[in-house]
Amino acid sequence: MDLSSIDPVVLMASVIVASTPILLAALGELVVERAGVLNLGVEGMMITGAICGFAIAVNTGSPLLGFAAAAAGGAALSLLFALLTQFALANQVASGLALTLFGLGLSALLGQGYVGVKPPPTAALDFGPLTDLPVLGRVLFSHDLMVYVALGLVAAVWGFLRFSRAGLILRAVGESHDAAHALGYKVVRVRVLAIVFGGACAGLGGAYISLARVPQWTEGMTAGAGWIALALVVFASWKAGRVLLGAWLFGGVSVLQLNLQAAGAQFPVASLGWITLAACAAYLGYVLWQRQEISGRTRVILGVTAFAGAAFSYWRQGVYVPFQVEYLSMSPYLITIVVLVIMSFDKSRAPGSLGRIFHASQ
Amino acid sequence: MLRLEHRPQPSARWTWLAPPLAVLITMIAGGALFAALGKNPVDTIRTIFWDPLFGEFAFYYRPQLLVKAAPLILIAIGLSLGFRAGIWNIGAEGQYIVGAITGAGAGLAFYPLDAWFIFPLMILAGALGGFLWAMIPAVLRARFGTNEILVSLMLVYVAEQLLAKMALGLLRNPEGRGFPGSRNLQQYAPAHNAEIIANTGIHWGVLAAFIAVIFAYILLARHVLGYQIKLTGQAPRAARFAGVNTERLVFICLGLSGALAGLAGMFEVAGPAGQISIEFNVGYGFTAIIVAFLGRLHPLGIQLAGLLMALTYIGGEAAESSLQLPAAAIQVFQGMLLFFLLAVDVLSNFRLRLSRTEAA
Amino acid sequence: MSVPRILTSAALALGLASAAVAQEKTKVGFIYVGPVGDGGWTYEHDQGRLAVEEHFGDAVETVYQESVPEGTDAERAITQMALQGADLIFTTSFGFMDPTLNVAGKFPDVKFEHATGYKTAPNVSTYSARFYEGRAIQGHIAGKMTKSNVIGYIASYPIPEVIRGINAAYIHARKVNPDIEFKIIWVYTWFDPAKEADAATALIEQGADVILQHTDSTAPQSAAEKAEGVITFGQASDMAEYAPLPRVSSIIDNWAPYYIDRTQAVIDGNWESRQTWDGIGPGMVEIGEITDAVPADVKAEALAMKEAIAAGDYHPFTGPLKKQDGSDWLAEGETADDGTLLGMNFYVEGLTGEIPQ
Repeated sequence: MDLSSIDPVVLMASVIVASTPILLAALGELVVERAGVLNLGVEGMMITGAICGFAIAVNTGSPLLGFAAAAAGGAALSLLFALLTQFALANQVASGLALTLFGLGLSALLGQGYVGVKPPPTAALDFGPLTDLPVLGRVLFSHDLMVYVALGLVAAVWGFLRFSRAGLILRAVGESHDAAHALGYKVVRVRVLAIVFGGACAGLGGAYISLARVPQWTEGMTAGAGWIALALVVFASWKAGRVLLGAWLFGGVSVLQLNLQAAGAQFPVASLGWITLAACAAYLGYVLWQRQEISGRTRVILGVTAFAGAAFSYWRQGVYVPFQVEYLSMSPYLITIVVLVIMSFDKSRAPGSLGRIFHASQ
Repeated sequence: MLRLEHRPQPSARWTWLAPPLAVLITMIAGGALFAALGKNPVDTIRTIFWDPLFGEFAFYYRPQLLVKAAPLILIAIGLSLGFRAGIWNIGAEGQYIVGAITGAGAGLAFYPLDAWFIFPLMILAGALGGFLWAMIPAVLRARFGTNEILVSLMLVYVAEQLLAKMALGLLRNPEGRGFPGSRNLQQYAPAHNAEIIANTGIHWGVLAAFIAVIFAYILLARHVLGYQIKLTGQAPRAARFAGVNTERLVFICLGLSGALAGLAGMFEVAGPAGQISIEFNVGYGFTAIIVAFLGRLHPLGIQLAGLLMALTYIGGEAAESSLQLPAAAIQVFQGMLLFFLLAVDVLSNFRLRLSRTEAA
Repeated sequence: MSVPRILTSAALALGLASAAVAQEKTKVGFIYVGPVGDGGWTYEHDQGRLAVEEHFGDAVETVYQESVPEGTDAERAITQMALQGADLIFTTSFGFMDPTLNVAGKFPDVKFEHATGYKTAPNVSTYSARFYEGRAIQGHIAGKMTKSNVIGYIASYPIPEVIRGINAAYIHARKVNPDIEFKIIWVYTWFDPAKEADAATALIEQGADVILQHTDSTAPQSAAEKAEGVITFGQASDMAEYAPLPRVSSIIDNWAPYYIDRTQAVIDGNWESRQTWDGIGPGMVEIGEITDAVPADVKAEALAMKEAIAAGDYHPFTGPLKKQDGSDWLAEGETADDGTLLGMNFYVEGLTGEIPQ
């Protein structure tokens, strides 16, 4: 197989761009979930942001104003969700799904006059000589403003949750709203603010698709990005840094998938065996590191699996098959499931009050 | 300042009054939306809610209501059991797809044999497919404590890719000139999920949905398992002390909802849809979640909610084609209906009170 | 079965009722698979509908329903339109084939036209366009224009129509440039702007300086515009907003003449079931303006090829041609028959990679 036509530097730069929309949306949802609210309406808020941003950018000629409008649009829609779940105390899962349905319809209505229109270009920032640096220049210093906003937001959310007093209150509300309420914190107010922040971030993410990454307006153009953002939050086990990692992984697999196809890459069948072997070794290492006991049965299973992996690799040495597009397209989701399983060994888990309804009299 | 006061018991009056109230508010708000789009609001509302039931072509729409509602009810019934126990399967769409694939696959494997056992076998295969697909999040949650919301959701996307793979590969119609899509099961009599009574829209899936409603009602009202499900949802710790095996409950709830979703997929592919195609799934699995909540997770409520949802779909389509409303307007209208239905629910559990002090 | 009978009698009653009205107004319905605002496939069908309205004025009323999912919902949508008194219904996606035939069986007096399918009935016609003729011209321009000798191709699904397009483009690119290499990405969607943009970017990053697309959004055009030095072709719709660069030409689906023709036939009462597969000649496939970014001589050659195809003097699949595995397909001077083209499931010699199965 010939992978020489794939340039890793260029690939990395593409991954950063491709991951920006889901990164933005996932950061917002992270804060929402940390406050104990599960908003499944990310897709609806993203697409609403996409059209709001697009429309304003086209009408004013300024992408920046567009992004501001996108944030406002996403936030406005999320207020509906806040109204339902925080004041009318409706179920969050159902409200979130309804929000997605509503957002998809609303955006299509708003966008009727904008099909086939070209938005003002979102220019790359000028870093002067930095852009010409060998590897870093292309990977880090060749993007537009929103990429850096997204990266800055990762740091901001991380710092906010970890160090600020407001972040502490937010986490307390998410862990146990009853306890937080007893301590005198305004649970509903904190949650509404978090939801609005989540909506604004989702709106930005949507507008990044319609203004920078694609850039155009078409109905339903977010095409499931909101759902991936939701997955990312869990994948990241509610930690900002890991959201970034997850976004790159997701963006990476989808971009790499296309690159492998273009390069006509073939899949070495033997690698399946090596992966199995490596997984067994990793598990063993993990258990030893944790100083846990291994039962006899586990030992046998582990040994047999590792041996089967090695034998398979030897047997299929040098056999290549073409990549199957469907399996490649499945891979980000399958990898997420695997990572979710690995993460569940971890102590970090969902905020205690996630998805539960709060009412002061309860 | 308005204040909500928790009712000790959900108000029976409001439980019955809230849904019609929500529909009424939606008609007013939706009417305003349609008027803003330059359509006659009264005409539009009538086309959506009245014509499919009592209009000129009601003889065609009424059976279609059942056809549309059946998969929604079937899936929602299964989901509601899990939701009551705090087990969140939001990947019914994936189980629906896999059930359709295995169900159709089992039937097509015998093509062109004509035998009585093919359709029953397809029913089993469909249920089994959905069941197994739901077992993945079940095993992962029971064994590793992995979040089943996300795993089941991720598996929807995997199932969609699998569907494309099947429509283009294994199940592709050999006489279909290379186009994606399987043979049409409507044209293969022993595998066709035909109407049981002609002209009524009642196919085996509709029957299955009704049976599921009764089954779920009895389970929840009379059976110890139903009691365990309710207890686990309301007080997980108390349930554990009461000796409820939570792990077993995860398997039962996810397995049941998966099997029912798989069944729904199988009945759909063998009957109304006819074939496995890339775009076979149209979101029933997600809509069913909303149906389950609109029905307040109660079997009879779900039955009504499923029919109401079907009405907005069918009436909405009618409005699109006869009044030339954009599809998006109908989506917005449906979104509104859901919002209002969810919002008025507050009235059955809480009392509105005027007060001077600010609530939390 | 009495459903069909009831429906038929209703339809008959309606037919009779509307027959009186039909003297002045013929009702033409359209079932779309996507939103009217997709900017590609459905957009062009809707342009055809608008052309019908404009051509016939008050004599014809058109109705449409957009974003109709294939399968169960399609059958209901078509039935609904027939019940509401449509005299002629165009169903504009391959997936509507069986639903169209089912409904047609129940409404013998309504005429149906199904796009891109292959099943007909006494009151069901099929129609499709020979897009591969346009692909041949694109291939020629692409072969002449590429500097890197790498041409990127964004393919949707591995079905005969798409494979035909790849082969037609490749044959004509190789004819003028033997060093040409095709890189193909299957995106498994007709329409997903973000994915199409990513695919275009991946192809460009791997050296492609010409992007051909068989998907419907303009996202690849934007990606190419950002990259500079890359040319593209509009697909389904003209995509003129990206001219003169990167879009140097386009294949336009022009359904208007056909829709007007068939509506006229219904009005005149001489509509007959037939299978139409038209290309550049009758105007169903249009070649969008070739911009000045293309050198004058290349443009002249492309236009000459277009004329030859339109006049029937040249067939894009003319031998000698071999299949990818080296076996003979067409002998010298032999042209491909429609049967082979309609079921095309192989690459021609020189293309690398495999068609996904």
